[in-house]
Amino acid sequence: MKTKMLLAGVTAGVMFAGSVLASTLDDVRARGKLNCIINTGLAGFAAPDDKGNWTGFDVDFCRAVAAATLGDADKVNYTTATGKTRFTKLAAGEGEVLSRNTTWTFSRDVDLSQTFIGVNYYDGQGFMVPKALGVKSAKGLDGASVCIQTGTTTELNLAEFFAGNNIKYNPVPIETNAEAQELYKAGRCDVYTTDASGLYATMMSFDNPSDHMVLPEIVSKEPLGPVVRHGDDQWADIVAWVLRAMMAGEEKGITSKNVKELAAKDNKDKEINRLLGKDPLQGLSKLGLSPDWAVNVISQVGNYQESFEKHLFPLTIKRGMNALYRDGGLHYIPPIK
Amino acid sequence: MSEKTYKPGNYPDLPPPPGTVGVYGWIRQNLFSSISNSLLTIISVVLLYYLINGIIGWFFLDAVFDAESKIACRKINDGACWAVITRRVGQFVYGFYPEAERWRIDITFLTMFIAFAPLLYPDIPKRKWLLYFSLFYPFFAFVLIMGGYFGLQKIEYSLFGGFMLTVILGVCGIVCSLPLGILLALGRQSNLTVVRTLSVCFIEFMRGVPLITLLFVASSMLNYFLPPGTNFSILVRVIIMFTFFSAAYIAEVIRGGIQAIPKGQYEAADALGMNYWQKTRFITLPQALKISIPGIVNTFIGLYKDTTLVVVIGLLDPLGIGRAALADTKWNGLSTETYLFVALFFFVSCFAMSRYSLWLENKLNTDKK
Repeated sequence: MKTKMLLAGVTAGVMFAGSVLASTLDDVRARGKLNCIINTGLAGFAAPDDKGNWTGFDVDFCRAVAAATLGDADKVNYTTATGKTRFTKLAAGEGEVLSRNTTWTFSRDVDLSQTFIGVNYYDGQGFMVPKALGVKSAKGLDGASVCIQTGTTTELNLAEFFAGNNIKYNPVPIETNAEAQELYKAGRCDVYTTDASGLYATMMSFDNPSDHMVLPEIVSKEPLGPVVRHGDDQWADIVAWVLRAMMAGEEKGITSKNVKELAAKDNKDKEINRLLGKDPLQGLSKLGLSPDWAVNVISQVGNYQESFEKHLFPLTIKRGMNALYRDGGLHYIPPIK
Repeated sequence: MSEKTYKPGNYPDLPPPPGTVGVYGWIRQNLFSSISNSLLTIISVVLLYYLINGIIGWFFLDAVFDAESKIACRKINDGACWAVITRRVGQFVYGFYPEAERWRIDITFLTMFIAFAPLLYPDIPKRKWLLYFSLFYPFFAFVLIMGGYFGLQKIEYSLFGGFMLTVILGVCGIVCSLPLGILLALGRQSNLTVVRTLSVCFIEFMRGVPLITLLFVASSMLNYFLPPGTNFSILVRVIIMFTFFSAAYIAEVIRGGIQAIPKGQYEAADALGMNYWQKTRFITLPQALKISIPGIVNTFIGLYKDTTLVVVIGLLDPLGIGRAALADTKWNGLSTETYLFVALFFFVSCFAMSRYSLWLENKLNTDKK
């Protein structure tokens, strides 16, 4: 009996020690830097500026996590990954957060043993046409030639959409986005279809972007979001609540400009007080974060709206589905209490 | 028209008829020998004029060399917008290596020429002393680039990129694959069954698998095989894969050279009582390597250009840096300028290698002149 108890104790101790060792937050803090996996270059989401600093909507999220956990948004090591290598890089521990415009799907969530912590951008497949074509809706594209990347889900979505609406089309298969731009510019295809954010980025690369338009139909669901590894719920919670804190910032009108001021005074809205560390937030210590975590995020990176407007408005991307629920969008975050 | 007439007889000192020699003669013979040829010449000259005019205009005269963004470029002039290169030249050369530490790369690069000189040019003065430096150079370069010793700041491999990454991958791959390739070629010709079988298996496997697959193995599969927590830099993994891949090709090129040596050479060596290593050192390799130079350099140039494939596993070589630059909304759409610049870099490096190989061939060409 005694030995059994001892064994159980030792096992529990070992397991406890194991879980302590495996804490992602401790790893990050010990290193003093967050390893974040990002895109090798996607307009608006992740691209280096002339000085070599990565900027973009996805990069901002890495910075936000670093601000919350380390208190400094600049303490991030960026590791670039392609679409093919991003999940193995995350699984191999080359990064703690994968913030690389990754679509949340069942098999990626379940089969690949990783956790999608939310959606930071609702994307979807759209169509771009020259305004001269005179088409106002994708249903008017009967007989059009469509540039489409082969071997992607977009190909299947396109076939399903056109078959469902009884529209004939003429596919022009291409391999890369760059090739599609050239063919589209040369008039080899009337329509180019890919994720809407990519369409806007492509459009901005043209000499006369205003000659083209993205049609209102979005034919697929592409909820993009940050990803973490399975198995460390504390870390998943931290990353998830960093995203929610950014959105809460927008919802409550907390911006990088006024956050310090709001944090210093007693607000009527107690949720602001709890978010900014004025009033105690039940359970925050379990996340291992300091009370000023959200102040760091919003003051150093900005709220969701600021990040969106800074990086995606230059691409003429509108808020649309990515507005808060009260503005007719899909972002609806749980209350912070 | 006063043409000279000559009486019959010998006139050995007379110059050739005017109009058949010199610049004038050459033009007449090659460009205006008939009416159709004259027409073609004139049309070609006109076409060339417009073409070259357009190219020079786009490249230089109408080009913008510094501006804030693509839109700013277009406001100034409508030629090439080289500002994307000039504003980012540091990134193209050093990747994301910290600016304050870039002198380390400069020193490593410059001393590389000193380290290579005694290996590439046998006649160089004080060669013996320089060779010691060459031996010591890999450690020197490693410490200087990676840091972490002697008070040098440690640099994460994820900051490596640009031409520096290409040169690191290319030079390490080339330097390591030549000796390995020679060993494999000898192994394949060996009488020892185990050595021969292993060499054949290695060579055939490496040649039978696309390089891009090996890179994926390096980037993802190795993580599963290695114990968790091992920090085995992706850079080292990729260099190993490049070395193995290129060594297999080098081995086959050298095997071709070995087989081209006449049988009498071996018989003569045997008759002199040389053992295997003496035979290899003094008879086989000097001749085989000399024959294989064009093939070896060919493989090296191929390897060097193949380094651009690392972009698929997320390493930012010049091509990746270029694409990342194009993803910046400021420079979006300047693909022609970016790709031309990267192409120029690769052309210069590969052309230099090819010239060196020609020089070496001529120098060693002692028998078949």
